[in-house]
Amino acid sequence: MTTALMLELRDLSKSFELHHQHGARLNVLRGLDLRLHAGECVVLSGPSGAGKSTLLRVIYANYHPTYGAVYVRHGDRWLDLAKATPHEVLDVRRRTLGYVSQFLRVIPRVPTLDIVAEPALQMGVSEQRARQRAADLLRRLNVPERLWPLPPGTFSGGEQQRVNIARGLIVPRPVLLLDEPTASLDADNRAVVAELLAEARATGSAVLGIFHDEDMRDRVATRLFPMQALEAA
Amino acid sequence: MSALLQVRGLSRHYGQRIGCEDVSFDLHPGELLCVVGESGSGKSTLLNTVAAQLAPTAGNVRYRQRDGKWLELGALSEADRRRLAREEWGFVTQNPRDGLRLNVSAGANVAERLMALGMRNYGQLRDIARSWLERVEIDATRIDDAPTGFSGGMQQRLQIARTLVTQPRLVFMDEPTAGLDVSVQARILDLLRRLVNELGLAAVMVTHDLAVARLLAARTMVMQGGRVVETGLTDQILDDPQHPYTQLLVSSVLTT
Repeated sequence: MTTALMLELRDLSKSFELHHQHGARLNVLRGLDLRLHAGECVVLSGPSGAGKSTLLRVIYANYHPTYGAVYVRHGDRWLDLAKATPHEVLDVRRRTLGYVSQFLRVIPRVPTLDIVAEPALQMGVSEQRARQRAADLLRRLNVPERLWPLPPGTFSGGEQQRVNIARGLIVPRPVLLLDEPTASLDADNRAVVAELLAEARATGSAVLGIFHDEDMRDRVATRLFPMQALEAA
Repeated sequence: MSALLQVRGLSRHYGQRIGCEDVSFDLHPGELLCVVGESGSGKSTLLNTVAAQLAPTAGNVRYRQRDGKWLELGALSEADRRRLAREEWGFVTQNPRDGLRLNVSAGANVAERLMALGMRNYGQLRDIARSWLERVEIDATRIDDAPTGFSGGMQQRLQIARTLVTQPRLVFMDEPTAGLDVSVQARILDLLRRLVNELGLAAVMVTHDLAVARLLAARTMVMQGGRVVETGLTDQILDDPQHPYTQLLVSSVLTT
């Protein structure tokens, strides 16, 4: 197995300044360093409020870091997402960095199969192959075939979450960020997700995730990264 | 990838009053950029100035033509500007009645822009019109009806068909879903998203609705008092707004 470095965080800090709450400042991350290698699955551990989700969002460039660097290996070069242009970030998200959250956010009315196939289509995969791959993933994740032509708006939490996982994994990406993607899944489906992650790692993907379920954590983690809540400054 | 549109230091004043001030951005092919802000923030003025419908007070707009040549929009003749609007651009107005010809049939509304490009074969025009009506989910048997008898949502879908039938490279949209029922709005958003993806067109869309920006646009600009106060990835702006005005805007929305 390769051990290429894929992601490196250096001295990363994040605070939120709330202009309409009398300039209140929330310090969530401070001076954080982390290195993530191909084939690894690092699980963030720590209590609620320790900044685990915030960290994933900062890496995905969904939040701006207040200080520090987020280096990502993008193709054959390194890019600091803290300084990258929007167009660079979008390209990194398309080809290198995947993110699966607990929540599915999509346009109403779009059928499930299309939602899952979309990231593959955006990568230039043919319509037929993208839909085939989407169907394979949905089948593995036990989403009943009769639901595929329907928009997921009315699905159960667990079904929506599996649609979201399928959408997040349809394009093999070198770095995967997972924010509790299995929170509302039953044991059988958690096992499927664990398998999918093992397969992704076997092909060289690096995984950084949050899993509150201990069984799931033990199953997927190659290493834990403990986090602590900062005290209010 | 290289840009399709470059806007630099663009200002438009109305006498002493600022419409928009010192706005710069690039737009790439296949990209949809949303401009958000409250009423009176200068969004529509900016859109119309970029689209060369209003003369700028300062700054410039460059557009890369289909043949790869860069055009300075301020230096174009009126005839050239009209040619661009006809051949390479499209406009979708908030009120479909402003963008449609109400006294001619739905089919003629769609075919008209093609005829302006020189297409004359009646049978072919009618076929294309019919297929576009279906594409925007208007029953093709309504092809000979005037849009006056259509609902607001149908009129807006007809305007979208009329605009996109010529496969424009760049589309300007001013609040295309404002004033429509939520269910109709969802349908139009879905339609726009699909067409933008399929046709690979670039678009600038003005909206006051942050949820619309989230669903459609990878990038967003926030305007207040004619100036851009924040710009970046849409999800960044909505989830981690930096500017006080953006924070106010985001926190005032019930759900985005």
